[in-house]
Amino acid sequence: MASISHGNNASAARLAPQVRITESSTTGSQREAPVRFQISDLNFFYGPKQALFELHLKIPANRVTALIGPSGCGKSTFLRTLNRMNDAVRNARFEGQILLDGQDIRKMDVVGLRRRVGMVFQRPNPFPKSIYDNVAYGLRINGYKGRLSELVEHSLRRAALWEEVKDYLHKSAFALSGGQQQRLCIARALAVDPEVLLLDEPCSALDPVTTAKIEELMFQLKDSCTMVIVTHNMQQAARASDFTAFMLDGKLIEHTETSKLFTTPTDPRTEAYITGRFG
Amino acid sequence: MSRLRLVWRKTLNAIMLSLTGLAALAVVSVLFLILGYLIWNGGKSLNWDFFTKLPKPVGETGGGMANAILGSLKLLLLAALMGLPIGLLAGVYLAEFGGKTFSFVVRYTTDLLNGVPSIVIGIFAYTLVVLPVKHFSTLAGGVALGIMVIPITVRSTEEFLRAVPVTLREGAMALGASKWRTIATVVLPAASGGIITGMLLALARVAGETAPLLFTAFSNRYWSDGWEQPTASLPVMVYTYAIAPYDDWHRQAWAAGLVLLALVLLANLGTRLALGRGTVRSV
Repeated sequence: MASISHGNNASAARLAPQVRITESSTTGSQREAPVRFQISDLNFFYGPKQALFELHLKIPANRVTALIGPSGCGKSTFLRTLNRMNDAVRNARFEGQILLDGQDIRKMDVVGLRRRVGMVFQRPNPFPKSIYDNVAYGLRINGYKGRLSELVEHSLRRAALWEEVKDYLHKSAFALSGGQQQRLCIARALAVDPEVLLLDEPCSALDPVTTAKIEELMFQLKDSCTMVIVTHNMQQAARASDFTAFMLDGKLIEHTETSKLFTTPTDPRTEAYITGRFG
Repeated sequence: MSRLRLVWRKTLNAIMLSLTGLAALAVVSVLFLILGYLIWNGGKSLNWDFFTKLPKPVGETGGGMANAILGSLKLLLLAALMGLPIGLLAGVYLAEFGGKTFSFVVRYTTDLLNGVPSIVIGIFAYTLVVLPVKHFSTLAGGVALGIMVIPITVRSTEEFLRAVPVTLREGAMALGASKWRTIATVVLPAASGGIITGMLLALARVAGETAPLLFTAFSNRYWSDGWEQPTASLPVMVYTYAIAPYDDWHRQAWAAGLVLLALVLLANLGTRLALGRGTVRSV
C-alpha cells in the first residue's frame, strides 16, 4: 500500500516539474546533501589517448545524477570508472582520486566495491539462467548464506517485477520481454543491496511505456540508493534526475541541479546542447 | 544497347544462381550417395550377429564385428578423456585470458596440428607409446586419436566463447564476480551448446580415422581385455576386410562402414536434438 501511494507521488512529481524545483530547493542544494562519491582531478587514459580531463564533482547521496553529453564525450567511461569496470580494459588507467563515502576506491577490494556500486547496462544482459538464478547470482557469488528466496522476492519487488514473474521464477530469463529483462537486471543489481546504482543508458533499447516504468522505479529507489544515469535522452534527464552533469569532449562543462541546468544553464555550450544545436 | 545489357545481366544472374544451386545440391547428394551405396551394399550383411558375434576364421562365412564396435567405443572414450579437457581449457585460455604473442603462437600451432596428416600422428603415438612397451595397445590408439581431438576442440571452444557477448561478462563482473567465476558460471554455460557440439564433431571426425590406428591399436580378431592389448576397430576392419580376397568379407566391410557412419550420424543428430531441446528450455 505504502509503495502505491509513493508511486502516485512519483508520477505527480514527474508531471509537474515545478513541484520538484521547490522540493529540491527546500531539501537543500548539492553541497548540503551528504556526498556519496567525491571525484577530484580525475584524468582517464585509454593507452596514450586521454578520455577524461580533470573532472571534479560530487555525487550526492540518495539523489539521481544524470550524465548528459554527445556520444563519445566520456559519460560511459566516467560511469564505468566509478565501479572500476575499466580495470578489465587493456591499457586503460586513471589518475586522480575517487572517494566512495570517504574511501579511496583504488584501495578498496574490487569485489567489495562492486557489491556496493551496482551497475545496469545499456542492453538488458540477463544470464542464460532462470529468473530466480539471475537475481540470486550476486548473492551466491558473494557467499551469502541465508534465505535466498526471500531476498530474491524482495529484490524483484523493489524492481517492480515480482507481480509479473512470481509464477515463472524458474523459467529462463530470456523468456521475458526487453523491459522485463531490464528490470530483472535492476533486480539482480539490487539483490546485493548496493549503495549506488550506475545506469548506463538503461532505457535506450526500451519503448516509452517501459521507460516510464524504469523512471518510476528510479524515483522509488531514491530512498535507499544513490543513482548515476547516463542518458542521451534529455527529457529523461529532466524528468528523472535531481542533478545533471553536462560533459563535452571528456570535460565536465556544467554540473548543477537539473531544474537549473535545463532552465538557466550558465555555459553557452550547455545551452547549445540542451536546445539541440549540436550533439 | 541498354536492352541487350539488361537481358545479359538477367541471364548472368540466372546462370550464377543455377551454378551455386547446383554446387549446393552436389554437396548434399555426395552424402546421400555414400549413405545409399552403404545401405545398398552393407544392409544385406547387417544382422544381429554382426553386433554380437566375433569375426569368423578365414573361409567360414558369417560372424560379426562386436569386438570392433566395442574397440571403437573404447578408443573414442580414451580420445575424449585425453583430448577434450586439454582442448576445452586451452580454448578457454585463448578466448578469455590470452595475451597477444603467446595466443598467436598457440592458435597458429593448433592450426598446424590440425593439418598434420593423421598417419604422422600415428607414427608419433607409435614412438611414444608402442615402442617403449614393444606391443600395440588400445591405449596407444587412444593417444593417437586424443591428439587429433585437441586442435578441433580448441578452435571450436574458442569460437563459441568469443561469440558470448561482452555485456554478459560485464554483467557478472559488475556483481563482483572474479574473472574465473564469470567464465565458469556465466560464459561457459552460455556457450555450452556450441562447445559440446564442437566436441562431438571432433570425436565424430576421429571415429573414422584408420591410418593412426594401423600401428597403434593395430587389430585383433578376438575381444581385447583392458587397455594394454591391441584392439579391433571399425575403420581398421573396413580397411582389412575390403582389401581381402573374399566376397563375404567385402560385404562385412560395407556393413562396418554403414555402422560407423550410422554411429557418427546418430551421435550428431542426437546431440543436436538434445541441445536443441535444452536450448528451448533454457532460452
